[in-house]
Amino acid sequence: MIPKRISAIKFEVLSPQEIRRMSVGKIITPETYDDDGFPIEAGLMDPRLGVIDPGLRCKTCGGKAGECPGHFGHIELVAPVIHVGYAKLIAKILNAICRECGRILLKDEKRDKFIEEIEKRKKLGQDYEDVVKEVFRITKAVKKCPHCGEEQIEIKFEKPTFYYEGEHRLTPRDVRERLEKIPNEDVLAFGMDYKAVRPEWMVITVLPVPPVTVRPSIILESGQRSEDDLTHKLVDIIRINQRFMENKEAGAPQLILEDLWELLQYHVTTYLDNEVSGIPPARHRSGRPLKTLAQRLKGKEGRFRGSLSGKRVNFSARTVISPDPNLSINEVGVPQVIAEELTVPLFVTEKNIEIAREFVLRTEHPKANYVIRDDGKRIRVLDANREEIADMLEPGWIVERQLMDGDIVLFNRQPSLHRMSIMAHYVRVLPYKTFRLNPAVCPPYNADFDGDEMNLHVPQSLEAQAEAKVLMAVQEHILSPRFGGPIIGGIHDHISGLYLLTRGIKKFTKEEVMSILKPLSIEELPEPKEDGYWTGKQIFSCILPDITIEFKAEICQGCEECKKEKCEYDAYVIIRNGELISGTIDEKAVGAFKGIIIDEITRKYGNEEAKKFIDDMTQLAIRAIMNAGFSFGIDDEDIPEEAINQIREVIANAEREVERLIEAYKEGNLEPMPGRSLEETLEMRIMRELGKARDQAGKIAGRFLGMDNSAVIMAVSGARGSMLNLTQMAACIGQQSVRGERIKRGYTYTNRTLSHFKPGDLGAKARGFVKSSYKEGLSPIEYFFHAMGGREGLVDTAVRTSQSGYLQRRLINALQDLKVEYDGTVREQTSGMLVQFRYGEDGIDAMKSFRGKAVDVKRIVAEVLNKE
Amino acid sequence: MLVPKHEVLSKEEAEELLRSLGIKKEQLPKIKATDPIAKEIGAKVGDIVKITRESPTAGKSIAYRLVI
Repeated sequence: MIPKRISAIKFEVLSPQEIRRMSVGKIITPETYDDDGFPIEAGLMDPRLGVIDPGLRCKTCGGKAGECPGHFGHIELVAPVIHVGYAKLIAKILNAICRECGRILLKDEKRDKFIEEIEKRKKLGQDYEDVVKEVFRITKAVKKCPHCGEEQIEIKFEKPTFYYEGEHRLTPRDVRERLEKIPNEDVLAFGMDYKAVRPEWMVITVLPVPPVTVRPSIILESGQRSEDDLTHKLVDIIRINQRFMENKEAGAPQLILEDLWELLQYHVTTYLDNEVSGIPPARHRSGRPLKTLAQRLKGKEGRFRGSLSGKRVNFSARTVISPDPNLSINEVGVPQVIAEELTVPLFVTEKNIEIAREFVLRTEHPKANYVIRDDGKRIRVLDANREEIADMLEPGWIVERQLMDGDIVLFNRQPSLHRMSIMAHYVRVLPYKTFRLNPAVCPPYNADFDGDEMNLHVPQSLEAQAEAKVLMAVQEHILSPRFGGPIIGGIHDHISGLYLLTRGIKKFTKEEVMSILKPLSIEELPEPKEDGYWTGKQIFSCILPDITIEFKAEICQGCEECKKEKCEYDAYVIIRNGELISGTIDEKAVGAFKGIIIDEITRKYGNEEAKKFIDDMTQLAIRAIMNAGFSFGIDDEDIPEEAINQIREVIANAEREVERLIEAYKEGNLEPMPGRSLEETLEMRIMRELGKARDQAGKIAGRFLGMDNSAVIMAVSGARGSMLNLTQMAACIGQQSVRGERIKRGYTYTNRTLSHFKPGDLGAKARGFVKSSYKEGLSPIEYFFHAMGGREGLVDTAVRTSQSGYLQRRLINALQDLKVEYDGTVREQTSGMLVQFRYGEDGIDAMKSFRGKAVDVKRIVAEVLNKE
Repeated sequence: MLVPKHEVLSKEEAEELLRSLGIKKEQLPKIKATDPIAKEIGAKVGDIVKITRESPTAGKSIAYRLVI
């Protein structure tokens, strides 16, 4: 077959002759069906317009439903009406031509110059719109026709479809007559091709009636027919058209005729576009605005964005997600009901025909739903025909078997912002109705379990399945191309658990060790220490492959001189030959985004080993945290009286200091900081003073809570929350801000934030300093300031997400066909334009880099030294 | 120095560059002949300019532009 290529598309306006020519019949009656339910001839459901009921044949082409594309009919309008879509252009043209002779209001030479310019630009493929604009601009100002000398009156356009010449209103017929008079040569100057568009065609005299296939009626459960919105609108048009004709023939008064004409105009306008400003939208009996032609095309759910650019897909499922730590990171739990609906094609060959037959014969879960014969016919497998189909089965057929354990599927969570938003998982069919996933894969999807839903797609071809396994599997995405580190790793309890297990020297009996290691396949226990116990570090070492690294943990206090293995906080991690010698495992070691150990394992042993480590690590961590016991409640923030007094004192001191600063400012003793005004200096110093006070309060609270407090454990190990969160809960919430400043809005004319304060009060309390903690509770005034700051935060996030989303969309559109070539240059695919001479200027694949660096010299040196 | 180093390539250098990249002149990024730096180094339309920049990722990076 010779492929056909579209070289160009040309849009034209339908002429009345064209509409009549393509019509299969004139539509004259507004009735659709007669009493027996048969479509009426010359009605809107005329059988010549095509068929929608299966079984019937089209009267025009003889095709069955599905074969016949439908045929247009037409309505002869008694009087012409304006096409809303062209109303504005008609107004421009009316002002550009003579009201008497219909010539363009330009001398011929001038007109030809413009036409020449338009032709030139067309040839060069440039925009000629501004030339046309210029023509309209010049001609509008002309007062006297250069051809016949007639005085021109400006025509005022009134939305949506009315034209006034001074006081006098132009009827559509007047408009059409004027447009008819324009000679073809003049039409060119408006940038129009007179063969494609004659201006008078923009005033409708004949209305095309779209085929029934465009506006199918639906049969309700009650057996009643419900017509499409377009049909309803066409009924209205025909009805008014008929009334108009009858009245006209009966010689009705001009006033009545004009009203009817206007009504006809309204119906045709709303038929084309039901969202025109200036007229009420036509409504359905129920009060719902009708969806007419323009509404079908426009907007997100319209034909272009909704049906052509984006479509719905088969072999997909969506449901709520929930966690299951017993799954591997590259598995997904699929509810049985979903697994029974989704299918994977099994291409029958001589070698697998017995397996295929078995699927067809099965009566429960992994059974065959459909069989596709070699002629492409799809047969549903039912109890009645199961054995018959199994007998007929032969190579070349396709058996669609239900999804089962071990199948590969794509798993996705919107918004799909990066490639880790769609990854391939292996199926595990499970009971209940949610998708289950290992919590360690939440970070790449940015998922949580507060009601998130995710989508699942089943690749249908063997090629797609192979690509999914090789390129898209979860373990292939452990290292992120964004920063060259792991994006999958332990979260929350995984980190707390390992922290509790490995911190300091914790002793475990054999029973405890066995119970912690139970879910893992570890065959031999390490030698116990001299006292017959195992340490947590030994237990953790069981899951480590042979690696050697040293790093500072998350809990590192940042001492001036690092004492390395003698660190008193146990924050210096040393792993030698797969043995944790010293240090505590925390977020820095195994966390998502940080995880140095995960990073190291991936680089040394590859993705498969890293996957295994993450699986083991999550299991071990959960066992460890359950063994230790871990809880958090409101009284975990209790601090002793002594601490409360100390915090109060710190804050009181700060408030006094603020008062002192204000005093100094009022007396003019305040020294301004370089480049700042006196007021700014005061604000900055107050902010600093109060910030310092809050930090001190937090330190006091932290000290009294101690390192064994579960909130503190979570904060320092990096599992969840921060010391700031803790400070706000236990000690002091601190300064509230709007736009980065202390709160100053409110009663601006008296310069105070609330009527509870004296005008001009600059004190801590009056400007939004909250000295309570969340646990104590806020005073009403504090609560109000807190709400101000909180609201700003909410608005900011809402604005930021929408803005960054649009930025991302534009970037993707602009960059989508750039490719890194084998010579390291970045080129545009279609034009071959060079964009970068070396990818990222250094030619480095971030995913294979060491957190952005091409070579990690320190690591290589350490590795070499270790070998000796 | 606010503007990185620009220099005009000799005819031979330019040909060598285009040959090694396997492209036509027009596929290079562009710089206007009216650009202040182009005027400064006396680059004329059709010349190829070599730009040596400081780069945060690679230390030093080299780019070329066609003068238009």
